[in-house]
Amino acid sequence: MKASLQRLAERASEEGLLDVAYTTADSPFGALLLARTPKGLVRVGLPNQDADELLVELAERVSPRVLEAPGQLDEARRELDLYFEGRLDRFDLPLDWSLSEGFRLRVLRAISRIPYGQTRNYTQMATSAGNERAVRAAGTACGRNPIPIVVPCHRVLRSGGGLGGYGGGLPMKRELLQLEGVLGD
Amino acid sequence: MPPFQTLIDDHAGDVMAVLRAAVGRGDAEDCFQETFLAALRAYPSLADGSNLRGWLITIAHRKAIDHHRARGRQPVPVAEVAEVAVTDPRPDDALWAAVGALPPKQRAAVTLRYACDLPHSEIADTLGCSTEAARRSLHEGIKRLRKELA
Repeated sequence: MKASLQRLAERASEEGLLDVAYTTADSPFGALLLARTPKGLVRVGLPNQDADELLVELAERVSPRVLEAPGQLDEARRELDLYFEGRLDRFDLPLDWSLSEGFRLRVLRAISRIPYGQTRNYTQMATSAGNERAVRAAGTACGRNPIPIVVPCHRVLRSGGGLGGYGGGLPMKRELLQLEGVLGD
Repeated sequence: MPPFQTLIDDHAGDVMAVLRAAVGRGDAEDCFQETFLAALRAYPSLADGSNLRGWLITIAHRKAIDHHRARGRQPVPVAEVAEVAVTDPRPDDALWAAVGALPPKQRAAVTLRYACDLPHSEIADTLGCSTEAARRSLHEGIKRLRKELA
């Protein structure tokens, strides 16, 4: 049955019927859900998030043609593995932004340009997105980032130097910042 | 609609069992691919998601019929069908061989009832006949199996 299902995913992809391909990938923090469309990576689910709920959300918001197809995510998995080993400082993956729009999308695009090992604060992100007073909304945009890690919302901190929040939990944010050498051990 | 993968997780085994009984083990794989590709193609515009299992099994049946038409015969190589594992405990080989030898309508009715656990009304929908006719096919099929296996 496993071979049949693998063949099905391949044929679905060839015939343009695989709108959302997903897999789970190991990470030092636990299992990540990775999902992509033909355009690019659309969702990264963190270990503390319910993968089934994320798939239902993808079915509703992107397309119900959601199939488990690990082969479609080989490159994403490879880059994430290298990143967690500290051997990759810039993701080179096409992204599908279709889960975000408006101000939030502009904040996330600004976040995606923060270089490895650097941080910004929420005020700077609000300003980059074109509204320096929308600091709280910038925080919300970070919190709703559909592609965490790859779109590095963990590099956005509170203005006073506090860590702020993180969808995957603060310990994970702290460890990612340690990995990138921003925080000491 | 739920993610298509949940249909696969929940019903792929049943669909494969139906197809193995209907076209034999050797050709079931091709029909399985055709069934799920057709389902995937139609899925976003499916209006009624209340019986996804019945919907998949109906498609599987159409694919099995297409397959038989393409071959221009009424196959079911007995030795291959005998390997089908449909439910637990594993059904015995002689039984499945006998099911495979039934006339098409009786064979479909028996398979849908016992391998897929469909009620008479859904068997009727799948076969495109009345509930009464489905009940009759099932009854005739069972009677014949009893005789064969006695």
